[in-house]
Amino acid sequence: MDFGTLLQMLDATLRLATPLLLACLAGLFSERAGIFDIGLEGKMLAAAFLSAAIAAVSGSVWLGLLAGIGASLMLSAVHGLASITFRGNQLISGVAINFLAAGLTVVVAQSWFRQGGRTPQLSGDARFNPIDLPFAEAMRDVPVIGPIYAELISGHTILVYVALLTVPLTWWLLYRTRFGLRLRAVGENPAAVDTAGVSVIGLRFAAVAICGVLCGIAGAYLATALQAGFVKDMSAGRGYIALAALIFAKWRPWYALYACLLFGFLQAMSLRPDVVEGIVGFGVNGQLLDVLPYILTVIILAGFVGKAIPPRAGGEPYVKER
Amino acid sequence: MDVMPKWADVILIPLISILLAAILSAIVILAIGENPWEALKLMVSGALGSTYGWGYTLYYATNFIFTGLAVAIAFHARMFNIGGEGQALIGGLGVALACLFIPWPHWTLALLGAAVMAALFGAAWAAIPAFLQAKRGSHIVITTIMFNFIAAALLNYLLIGALKVPGSMEPATAKFPEATHLPSFQDMFNFGDTTFFRGAPANITFFVGLAACVALWALIWRTRLGYEIRSFGHSESAAKYAGISPTRIIMVSMLISGGLAGMMAINNVQGEAERLVLNAVEGAGFIGIAVALMGRSHPFGVLLAALLFGFLYQGGAELALWTSIPRELIIVIQALVILFTGALDNMVRMPLERLFLSMRRAKNEGRTI
Repeated sequence: MDFGTLLQMLDATLRLATPLLLACLAGLFSERAGIFDIGLEGKMLAAAFLSAAIAAVSGSVWLGLLAGIGASLMLSAVHGLASITFRGNQLISGVAINFLAAGLTVVVAQSWFRQGGRTPQLSGDARFNPIDLPFAEAMRDVPVIGPIYAELISGHTILVYVALLTVPLTWWLLYRTRFGLRLRAVGENPAAVDTAGVSVIGLRFAAVAICGVLCGIAGAYLATALQAGFVKDMSAGRGYIALAALIFAKWRPWYALYACLLFGFLQAMSLRPDVVEGIVGFGVNGQLLDVLPYILTVIILAGFVGKAIPPRAGGEPYVKER
Repeated sequence: MDVMPKWADVILIPLISILLAAILSAIVILAIGENPWEALKLMVSGALGSTYGWGYTLYYATNFIFTGLAVAIAFHARMFNIGGEGQALIGGLGVALACLFIPWPHWTLALLGAAVMAALFGAAWAAIPAFLQAKRGSHIVITTIMFNFIAAALLNYLLIGALKVPGSMEPATAKFPEATHLPSFQDMFNFGDTTFFRGAPANITFFVGLAACVALWALIWRTRLGYEIRSFGHSESAAKYAGISPTRIIMVSMLISGGLAGMMAINNVQGEAERLVLNAVEGAGFIGIAVALMGRSHPFGVLLAALLFGFLYQGGAELALWTSIPRELIIVIQALVILFTGALDNMVRMPLERLFLSMRRAKNEGRTI
């Protein structure tokens, strides 16, 4: 494999890791506050559909992004209502949200656009287009650094950079602010937070809302940046891969970035079987590359490579005064 | 202390939940510009208006009985087995291997052999997540989700590779031999010139499903193991104190669960398709979640809920055929049922409990005077 192909692969890795990263950080906020969220997939899907639909109708991708975040927030509100207010089972609520999104997006898309459950093709301002960072063209001829800068670092859509910036932001928010300390505490020991006079319900709703916003961006990225429009089931299990990455990262932001880059790289490899065959010398089955994230996560969960310990109060509704 | 009488818990709450789900579904249908009443009439006539419709309804219901029972038995041990989809896929592999490579003399033996293989394969697929939960404490929901994806990839791999018919382009196994053909309802209810269930896929597996309901009921409420599973589900610490091994209960209940999910394959693989195709389960594993929640994890409730979802499935197919309402509407209804009977259970329960409390108080006051 030559240098150019490697750059192409890494470029694809970055593009494919972006939705995983956003969804993974979304899950991180929610689960660190003690709310399990297996509805990441559904929220991404709903956001992908509504962002593509609104962008197609209005011609503005920014309106689309807002609509996508709105759709995701709506589902987050349902999740919050079910799992915080009514103290229902968070896992079941997540499952319901995934199905709700899978069904509603197609039903509504068919009713609005009559194109077999997809939205019209997006182009121009209705899409997030690649941005060229300054001096990208000028530096292209500089050996090694030039192509890396021009190919790999420059030329992505703005959401890719937003996703990358979200990682230090999340770290700062969780570990360097009072809000973050409380958020983490509410996922470990909500009774202590309650005793300190801080609202457990308020904190958890805030976490679920942040999760909704990030999932919304992830979904909008899928439909308006990575691809040009919504197609049925376009999230294609990414919400679950993000969940796997979250466990892989043991619920920590920087590790989430590495895990998502790794899983993005695996996805990029399964798109280019020719390159993989060139390196390994024999054809690697694409199916294997697709499920490798899940297999790796099971191995991590089995405790062979370190132990993944989830937030202690995760999945349990908080009941005051037992 | 039971605030509500048992009938309210078992019948009233599920009914209200279904009603809420139905109202929201009607709103969705209205919003996309169709008439909900007409849609309901079309669904009823399509699913229940002919023996052909019934044949499909019962066929789908059979799938959901198995996957619903699978989720239900796991619920009794307070496990959430979300991996019914994968277990049923792998169960299909077991059925295909049994039917393709063993020369069965008669369909009865083939049914027995395929059922055993399906259950074994399904149980094996549930065994690893169960073991990780029991021994390593890794969450069963996460691992079973992962195993769904791994199962799908494994089957894709086998169906475009080792199990594909040589020379064929289609990712499917060869057709099973004639001796493994299960009697369909059409074969069974054929009285001279009147043939019922013509062309419908319902087959003898439906009765196997009914038997599984009875067997599971007996297991849960009439055996020592069932008692242990239920007490473990109610309180792990109390069960431990009583000398019940958590590892054993988690393993056994998940193996039964996986086995039941796997046995769905005798209906869809051996009974209907008579060969193994890609994505043979078509989401039935997930519908099992809705069925078990709605049936309150009771085998009889699961049977009723499975029939309802069988009706919804066949009715939804008819809707997609005759109106502009896409088939995915059924997924929306399924989601709403899961949401209301599962996650938002307390939303329905709390006001009802308050109502029953105030009614009881009023009655007691009447007595004292």
